[in-house]
Amino acid sequence: MNMTSPAEIAAVKKIGDVILHVDNISLAFGGVKALADISFDVREHEIRAIIGPNGAGKSSMLNCINGVYQPQEGSITFLGKTFRHMNPHQVAQMGVARTFQNLALFKGMSVLDNIMTGRNLRIKSNLLLQALRIGPAEREEMRHREFVEHIIDFLEIQPYRKVPVGQLPYGLQKRVDLGRALAMEPRLLLLDEPMAGMNVEEKQDMCRFVLDVNDEFGTTVVLIEHDMGVVMDISDRVVVLDYGRKIGDGPPEEVRANPDVIRAYLGTTH
Amino acid sequence: METTFPRLLLAHAAKRPHAAAMREKEYGIWQTFTWARFASMVESVACGLHDAGLQRGEHMVVVGTNRPRLYAMMLAAQSIGAIPVPLYQDAAAAECVFPINNADVRFALAEDQEQVDKLLEIRAQCPQLSAIYYDDPRGLRNYNEPGLHSLDSLIAAGEAFAREHPDFFRAEVDKASPDDVAAMFFTSGTTGNPKGVVHSHRTLLDRGSAGQEFDKLTDKEEVLAYLPPAWIGQNIFSYAQWLAAGYVVNCPESASTIAIDLKEIGPTYYFAPPRIFEGLLTTVMIRMEDAGWIKRTMFHKFMDVAKRVGPALRDRKPVGSADRVLYAIGNLLVYGPLRNNLGFSRVRVAYTAGEAIGPDLFTFYRSIGINLKQLYGSTETAVFVCLQPDDQVRADTVGVPCRGVEIKVNERGEVMVRSPGLLKGYYKNPEATNEVLTADGWYHTNDAGFIDASGHLKIIDRVKDVGRIAGGPNDGAMFAPKYVENKLKFFPYIKEAVAYGDGRERVCAMINIDFDAVGNWAERRGLQYAGYTDLAQKPEVYALIKDCVEKVNADLAADERLAGSQVSRFLVLHKELDADDGELTRTNKVRRGYIADKYLVLVDALYSGKTEQHVETQVKFEDGRTGIVAATLKIVDAKVFDPVKAAA
Repeated sequence: MNMTSPAEIAAVKKIGDVILHVDNISLAFGGVKALADISFDVREHEIRAIIGPNGAGKSSMLNCINGVYQPQEGSITFLGKTFRHMNPHQVAQMGVARTFQNLALFKGMSVLDNIMTGRNLRIKSNLLLQALRIGPAEREEMRHREFVEHIIDFLEIQPYRKVPVGQLPYGLQKRVDLGRALAMEPRLLLLDEPMAGMNVEEKQDMCRFVLDVNDEFGTTVVLIEHDMGVVMDISDRVVVLDYGRKIGDGPPEEVRANPDVIRAYLGTTH
Repeated sequence: METTFPRLLLAHAAKRPHAAAMREKEYGIWQTFTWARFASMVESVACGLHDAGLQRGEHMVVVGTNRPRLYAMMLAAQSIGAIPVPLYQDAAAAECVFPINNADVRFALAEDQEQVDKLLEIRAQCPQLSAIYYDDPRGLRNYNEPGLHSLDSLIAAGEAFAREHPDFFRAEVDKASPDDVAAMFFTSGTTGNPKGVVHSHRTLLDRGSAGQEFDKLTDKEEVLAYLPPAWIGQNIFSYAQWLAAGYVVNCPESASTIAIDLKEIGPTYYFAPPRIFEGLLTTVMIRMEDAGWIKRTMFHKFMDVAKRVGPALRDRKPVGSADRVLYAIGNLLVYGPLRNNLGFSRVRVAYTAGEAIGPDLFTFYRSIGINLKQLYGSTETAVFVCLQPDDQVRADTVGVPCRGVEIKVNERGEVMVRSPGLLKGYYKNPEATNEVLTADGWYHTNDAGFIDASGHLKIIDRVKDVGRIAGGPNDGAMFAPKYVENKLKFFPYIKEAVAYGDGRERVCAMINIDFDAVGNWAERRGLQYAGYTDLAQKPEVYALIKDCVEKVNADLAADERLAGSQVSRFLVLHKELDADDGELTRTNKVRRGYIADKYLVLVDALYSGKTEQHVETQVKFEDGRTGIVAATLKIVDAKVFDPVKAAA
């Protein structure tokens, strides 16, 4: 509708200071070098994409930030604290949430319950109180339920609230996965190929949700994707990996023009 | 009725301030607006609109789904003497240009981003449109358009204005007279520009209360508002009658949750066009076919009982005691749970109108214990003209005239209506007004019909559509296309049908299969297909449809007057007729003339005796892009029957 330049968008979105700094990360599995000396940063409120061909090291990079993998070299600075390696629980508590490439939902549980699990870290009352549903525990649950309902409304999955996740089509399961991550009220949201395996319409929907999350909640998003079109449309800045090396970093139009990227990722001209 | 909509609102708010007026499901919970809260919201909006410069007598557009705040906006506009003009929320942007310019609209309320985008898109063509308010702010934060404001900001401004001018609102409400214009509805119109149908407070409220008296509606009724508010039917049920009777209107969470919301609310007063009842029945049937054999056998066994006994029970006719017992068991095991599943357990009065309803479909709902009835009316008559009394319900009539209505049939066979609910006229269109309203107050319905022996009105077709067969063995026979099409559509496998025959030797038809029903039918037979176009052209599907067509022919042959309308050739269309492609009106009626032009090659092929025809059609996708659907369609002959002479 309103064509605005990226600079104007950035001004409107108030892209802030660097909140995540990845410094000289190297990761190897035995003799295989997954990541070699990677550095980049993520600013607050931006959508930052990591792209690259299959096996470029995108998911490994995300797993390092997430604390699942422990890089042999380098450090990660998040909100001013520097870590050699993080553990997933600690990362989650600091406000980093993620979705998974191959979905990791509880298939037999309803959409509502699945998203509710995302509130786990924020539930204060102890197990006994929760089980008995007395006083403060019940009030607390209502508060969390309300938050979850906002997410359900936001992601437009009201018709499926009580449907077991396993019965939903893949595109909707992806949305539930995103919903659960949002339930953590993350500062930083890591999305591992959110559009993988989707049809065009589902991809458009997902793009809109990612943009809306970023816009409405001001959540910083780091996104892995190999669909170039999607990435270029919604990202503020893009990191390009190839065989574990960083070969490009910058705004989409700059990356698109980068000859290394064209060669590695898009293939040379036919 | 010597009152107006805003006055009724204030009366309810004074009399029962804490009773529920509207509910809206949001965040998984039904949120209640009491009459007092609703009235104070209306006051704030009205003051805000006045403060923003909306003038008495000016039109204001409201576009969106059923939301309490949208209805509050309509009431607010009426409170200060402005005229709300609801537009269809699924209309394309270009379709909104005419109404907005025709009514010189400066103010509009859009429900959400989608509707705002639509209005912004046509702003260049509607330069006077200066203020657009939106209800749901989602996605609109970064819009930087002059005159675009949130409804919340309007309410805040209104509250401030009301604090300074505490008597303003009531004084404005008191200024209105029942004969002032209350609302304007644009008719979808099958040809030309839509026409704005002007109604006063009196016309709408008189009809609303006539319907209320007829069915003894009370303030205890529960209604689910789920059809477009721009359609007068929804407006009567969830606005005029809401204020007249003071019952509760429930707004669903979203369009996709209607079935769930219906179950949760359990409305007591329900309205749906035949299409919705048809869709529900199709889902029930498909689910029953997929159910285990115990359930399936039980369902079919008891449905046979219901078909035999149910309608008679509803009409309070004598029924044997064995049948009564069987029906009671059926009610316990099948009908009750089924009603509950459909959300109809509490329905006291249900209506269908707008299109003819198939006898099987109609009987199905009546037989499982739902008081489904038919009514007759249109935008111009503020809906209620004829209604069926509880114990005189039939599938092929539309009921008896209700309070205040006079009916006659003129020399053209056209039904004429005189009632206190007739339109004041078409907006800025005296020519069209004079065409439908006579000097002595009769309204031309343009429907061909007659009053039958029991005093019920029976409608055959649109007057202009009733044609004559020319040449051939049936020369001069009456051809009622819609009558034929409806008979075809009564089969679950046929979604739409378009019949041609006026001025021709014989009748030919183009048919749209129902993708769900035929798809399921094909799956159960292990018939493989690759999407709609492929399925539609399967020889097995042609055989299925041919069977339906021939049954219709046999049926038509039984009526001497309509025997000439039998369908001799037909084809199955390769794409679904769609309102987005202009083939259906926004109320989903086929546009026969437009379709004939668009598929000229097909019509020619039907009459030229070809056995197949290649066709390419442009289609519009939901996001506005276009594409081409191409297919070679087979054309098939159907058996026609000799007219059955009535036994002397």
